[in-house]
Amino acid sequence: MTKTLRTPYDGVVIAAPVTIPYVRYSIESAQWWIGRALSALVAQAGIKASDIDGLCVSSFTMGTDSGVGLTQHFGLCVRWLDTIPLGGASAIAGLRKAARAVQAHDADIVACVAGDTNHVDSFRLTLENFSRFNQDAVYPYGAGGANASFALIARNYMRTFGVTREDVGRIAVAQRTNALRNPHALMKAPLTMEQYLAARPISDPIHLFDCVMPCAGAEAFLVMREETAASLDLPAARLLSTIERHNAFADDPMQVRGGWAMDIGDLYAMAGVKPDDLDVVQTYDDYPVITMMQFEDLGFCKKGEGAEFVRQHDLTIDGDFPHNTSGGQLSVGQAGAAGAYLGLVEGLRQVLGTAGPTQVRNASLALASGFGMINYDRGLASGAAILAGPSR
Amino acid sequence: MIEPIKPPRRKNPLLRTRLPASPPRPRSRTSHGFTRAAAEGRFMLQSCEACGSFAYPAREACPSCLSAGLAFVDAPRRGTLLAETTARVPSDVYFRERAPWRIGLVKMDCGPTIVAHLHADCAEGAPVRMSFQLDKSGQAVAFAHPEGETPNMADDKQWREMTADPKFRRVLVTNGRSVIGQEAVAALKAAGAKTVFVGVAEPWRPFAGERLLRGQDGIEIVTLDAADEKSAADLAADIGGKVDILINTTEYVRPGGLLDRRGTSIARDEIDQAYLGFINLAQAFGPAMRMRGADGINNSAAWVNILSVYALANWPAFGAYSASQAACLSLSHCLRAELRPGGVRVMNLFAGPVDTEWFQTVPPPKVAPRAIAQAIVSGLRGGLEELYVGDVAEEIRQRLAANPKALERELDR
Repeated sequence: MTKTLRTPYDGVVIAAPVTIPYVRYSIESAQWWIGRALSALVAQAGIKASDIDGLCVSSFTMGTDSGVGLTQHFGLCVRWLDTIPLGGASAIAGLRKAARAVQAHDADIVACVAGDTNHVDSFRLTLENFSRFNQDAVYPYGAGGANASFALIARNYMRTFGVTREDVGRIAVAQRTNALRNPHALMKAPLTMEQYLAARPISDPIHLFDCVMPCAGAEAFLVMREETAASLDLPAARLLSTIERHNAFADDPMQVRGGWAMDIGDLYAMAGVKPDDLDVVQTYDDYPVITMMQFEDLGFCKKGEGAEFVRQHDLTIDGDFPHNTSGGQLSVGQAGAAGAYLGLVEGLRQVLGTAGPTQVRNASLALASGFGMINYDRGLASGAAILAGPSR
Repeated sequence: MIEPIKPPRRKNPLLRTRLPASPPRPRSRTSHGFTRAAAEGRFMLQSCEACGSFAYPAREACPSCLSAGLAFVDAPRRGTLLAETTARVPSDVYFRERAPWRIGLVKMDCGPTIVAHLHADCAEGAPVRMSFQLDKSGQAVAFAHPEGETPNMADDKQWREMTADPKFRRVLVTNGRSVIGQEAVAALKAAGAKTVFVGVAEPWRPFAGERLLRGQDGIEIVTLDAADEKSAADLAADIGGKVDILINTTEYVRPGGLLDRRGTSIARDEIDQAYLGFINLAQAFGPAMRMRGADGINNSAAWVNILSVYALANWPAFGAYSASQAACLSLSHCLRAELRPGGVRVMNLFAGPVDTEWFQTVPPPKVAPRAIAQAIVSGLRGGLEELYVGDVAEEIRQRLAANPKALERELDR
């Protein structure tokens, strides 16, 4: 097993998983959603807002605000502050930074929050103004947004490794099965493989049920030291390891792997566990084909074996490989940057044993991954974290 | 394999004319290096002056060595189509109305990967030939063509959005008395224009070349004196809704500059004919053209000006004429901005002295009117915005870019 020289996250814990239930469209602002998440964090942890001395925020729709504006908006006085604009990798990146901050006593309690609103025109505006490369060299080409960009990646991946739509569909169908147990999932109707295959094409080979539904919502958690959690009598999960990587494998002509593949040895070495040890896995599922790529890059199978892996495993809550147990973004909805938090917050609930109807029995070890920012022709940011519950 | 487009049927006057929409317009300033390339029909990429590698999209530093020396240079056009997709429900009105729309990712032989609009005959895994084109918002976009010729290639739906092909379109050539005008009529007819209207002032007065125009199938002589506001307005009231391409062939050449002329009467004529004539035409025909930018196969598509290359740098021997041309050039940029919401492109064709009577004393090389006519057609087919016809025009373009002061001194001979 790979050796790592990195400082362990000894004494760092995560607590108070918060989800503000999503809605398809909201007339409220991103600031409203973030405010609800902060309020829920304080209530769940039994602390005062003034106890929060670190803040980490991610949002696409805060307008001209950044984290510092939010401190005044919410009456917070913090000594550590970060605004993380990494899309789907924001939760992992925020957790990494917050963990080191509390470990070094730069802060005692860091609130990590992501929230976005979704007005009827928010999504189109986000597509238009996503990045400079996107504005110059992607959006003017059919204005298909992420669907068109990921369609190119999916088509190449599926052709290269002989993956069928049915293989990819297993992921989406299993997640819908999970979502039916999550009262907060926006998708409430069952999804069969026949329905998946018969869905209307959006940008070939991406069809309707390969796409997430943009919505409004917020997710949050607290990062602190073990002794702080103990003094608050707060159930908390230990952070075992993390990885983060940007613009990996830039010489690959098309994306067939993400940055995880570069750092996977580090992830498991630092945690001292093997992929087989994990009780529950939460991948970043902006498209099911990206999840399949993660099964390979996160070490559950070899490159090119993702399709065989999903054929051999039951990805539902009661299956042999419980995956995206809340239903994931594909079935719960994608609340902008909160989509990055969805898996991590659900993974935290799982190892704390508080996931309720979506709980995997005896889950104590969880992996959550993030993926974000299709700046031009590929997703640039990737990350992952492994958490251990109190029972482990 | 592309089905040839069919001649448009007669328009139903009761149906609403679909208004033009524009594809996304914002670009970074550096990215307009591609706009320049597309305007002239060149394929340029940024190349690092330090390490020689090519980069795309437009960057401020080389991703291989971080040098800031990224110059736009003519680049090899060949690449391979890695993957394609068909956008079926785009979020933008322009593309939604034109969906399904095919795009792909092209790996260039010279290095970079480019998202491009695809010609229908491009196939995954096969080589493609790249160009930059101006789309309907006037911005540069990359376009992938199959490497070789394919049947009915120019009839590709996505390609036709990038061009102003005369095929099946109705064209107004504003001055049929000039040789350039007559050559333009012939070239446009040969290029498949449905109808060519030819403006002639006082058409009852006979003129040389008249038999080439009168009584010919698909050619209609119409009364037009561009310098006369009422004449332009009257014609527009009659055929304004049927002009898909307008070729402004107004020609008024007189020698002389400032000090050897007496008074302003000749200068006034030059301004009346060239500059105010342009304004009359624009005000008469521009609004309807801007409205009809998405009006089917024969939508309005282009406005062409034939300008002297001395619009760019004054030639004292024809100094006042040069100034009138400079005024027209400036006005063309205004027209381009005002026609842009309709997706109608303004193409300026710059020529040196033409082989006509008024340049009789000028030594060769001179541009043949037929060469100008052919350039009009190829510029429309290629969707260009700037065209330099003939050796003199090309030389002035290069010398102006190299050192405008040297050019100014040397034109004074």
